[in-house]
Amino acid sequence: MESFWARFALRLWVVLILLFLFLPLALIPLYAFNSSNIESWPLAGLTTKWFTTTWNDPDVQTGFALSLRAGLTATALALVLGSCAAFAIHRMTFFGRDVVSLLFVLPLALPGIVTGLALNSFFHFTGISLSIWTIVVGHTTFCIVIVYNNVLARLRRTQGSLIEAAMDLGANAFQTFRDVTLPLIGTAIVSGAMLAFALSFDEVIVTTFTAGAQNTLPMWIFGAIRLGQKLPEVNVVVSFVILVTIIPVVIAARLTGGSGIARTTTAR
Amino acid sequence: MAIHSREARHGASAKSALRPPALRLEGVRKSYGHVLAVAGVDLTVQEGEFFTLLGPSGSGKTTLLRLIAGFERPDAGTIELAGRDVTSTPPHLRQTNTVFQDYALFPHMTVADNIGYGLRIKGIPKAEREERVQTALSMVRLAGLDKRKPNQLSGGQRQRVALARAVVNEPEVLLLDEPLGALDLKLRQEMQLELKRIQQKVGITFVYVTHDQEEALTMSDRMAVMADGKIEQIGPPVEVYERPATEFVAGFIGISNVLERNGIRFVVRPEKLHMLEEGQEPRSGMTVESGIVEQVVYVGMSTRYIVRLDRGEQLVAVRQNMDAPGQALRYEGRRVRLAWVPGHTYVLDHQRARGESALSEHDTEER
Ligand SMILES: Nc1ncnc2c1ncn2[C@@H]1O[C@H](COP(=O)(O)OP(=O)(O)OP(=O)(O)O)[C@@H](O)[C@H]1O
Ligand SMILES: [Mg+2]
Repeated sequence: MESFWARFALRLWVVLILLFLFLPLALIPLYAFNSSNIESWPLAGLTTKWFTTTWNDPDVQTGFALSLRAGLTATALALVLGSCAAFAIHRMTFFGRDVVSLLFVLPLALPGIVTGLALNSFFHFTGISLSIWTIVVGHTTFCIVIVYNNVLARLRRTQGSLIEAAMDLGANAFQTFRDVTLPLIGTAIVSGAMLAFALSFDEVIVTTFTAGAQNTLPMWIFGAIRLGQKLPEVNVVVSFVILVTIIPVVIAARLTGGSGIARTTTAR
Repeated sequence: MAIHSREARHGASAKSALRPPALRLEGVRKSYGHVLAVAGVDLTVQEGEFFTLLGPSGSGKTTLLRLIAGFERPDAGTIELAGRDVTSTPPHLRQTNTVFQDYALFPHMTVADNIGYGLRIKGIPKAEREERVQTALSMVRLAGLDKRKPNQLSGGQRQRVALARAVVNEPEVLLLDEPLGALDLKLRQEMQLELKRIQQKVGITFVYVTHDQEEALTMSDRMAVMADGKIEQIGPPVEVYERPATEFVAGFIGISNVLERNGIRFVVRPEKLHMLEEGQEPRSGMTVESGIVEQVVYVGMSTRYIVRLDRGEQLVAVRQNMDAPGQALRYEGRRVRLAWVPGHTYVLDHQRARGESALSEHDTEER
């Protein structure tokens, strides 16, 4: 058992780290309600007028629409490709399986700037003009990894004998998948999709290299800050982005960590 | 129990004249890389028989069961179920069901859905399905727990659900892989009786894997003792216990005392040894040897006396604890004489032992 002081120090340390991580994040939503357009402390007063201004800004509107469409499409693609890859890697044993598995995960480890640049020159080389579809391709590269990792981890934690039990009771491959595999890994797929969307929604670097004339929401923020314009609106948009990314992440965490299925399949 | 079982077996073999055996394996082999897990097994199990595979860890029991269920393909040999060659039939098309060692209950389904899954896949109408599930539930004495999820059950209850899920499909052969392994001693003994009761009631052929010799002896109609992927001996429990074919079988089942006299190796079971006190005379015709009690081991119902014979070997004798418990200990260090009826010994014959299959003879030489 640790002493009282050791425990106290440990708790203090955790609190400090949490402050370090979240204090800057907490400031932005506060500034979004600042009545002055100059960021200074203490706040000049509280207002919701920036929310109206932001809502009516056509640049924000198109940026939001593009982010949403690109994020949803990339997530859908990643869902199909990522889970299929996970099933394949899990079920088959072939020479070089580990290498292939590593190749699937590599896009996440690669710096975004490398992925972005590579894609950019590829599109340039093949004469594909930049559009929402090039953004989708860029985002899909790392979204696949998220889904793949989530699904593979769940598959590995699932008792192998459950699949055999289903076959033993007369289920063919399709019935086994429908009745046993899918229900057991369903939450992993959903949480993978949530994380993938959250990642796509605030991505800047790869997007910079793959976007055409239109801006995604994070790119609009980036541009506005660089030009030092519309700072109060930026605060509103950033608060919104925080919300849109945190909610799926929280849901994903609940699905993978707190789910009864995940617990019972691994408990014994 | 044993006598009762023997009768059951005779009933089964009378039937077998008309019908093919429930299960027949011929020259079945399976290796994983360099490990020969099943090294040429031949066996026949009759319909309605309670057949046990007994053997130490790693002797290939699970592998043999998985071959029968169809989860593995043999490298050589054939597997027949009710006279039909199923060697290359996938598991979902075989008339076998398995009770897995870890139960493998579907965690996302209720108890009733687990039990009814096989029937659902077979397309049995809902009404009949529910009725059969209820019957199976009450057979394993779990009526009323049908709405629970597996993680809301105790270990023994899970085990029963796994059994019901398999039995409800009325398979030709039911395969059980150490189904009682995870239970405590009391529950284990209860479930042993329960399993036997259910088997006799439904009349399904059981192939039962265990590494517990007592379980094998009490439950089986016939048993096979396995070692290193081979079958050492097949027979009814009484035969395997009283007349072990090899030193391995003798040693694995019960405590075995192996002696060599005049070039003949033989086994004397501890309970056949009479420990004579000073002045006590053996009955006529008994063989007598003397020695010193090296150790006295109290094991509850009985006491074991480990005796070092003057000729060098060590023998174990067993006596029921009919005296006060303290009495036994005073034997430690004493000189005693051990006497036995020569007819109660069993000669170990190497030829006979390895003669079970031609393949196994070959393997022994290879090593
Ligand atoms: N999938 C596998 N890959 C490689 N070797 C295996 C595999 N399955 C079993 N073996 C080996 O085959 C041999 C027999 O294993 P098996 O599981 O049949 O033993 P067992 O008699 O069931 O043992 P236990 O009583 O411990 O369950 C062992 O040496 C084991 O290591
Ligand atoms: Mg085993």
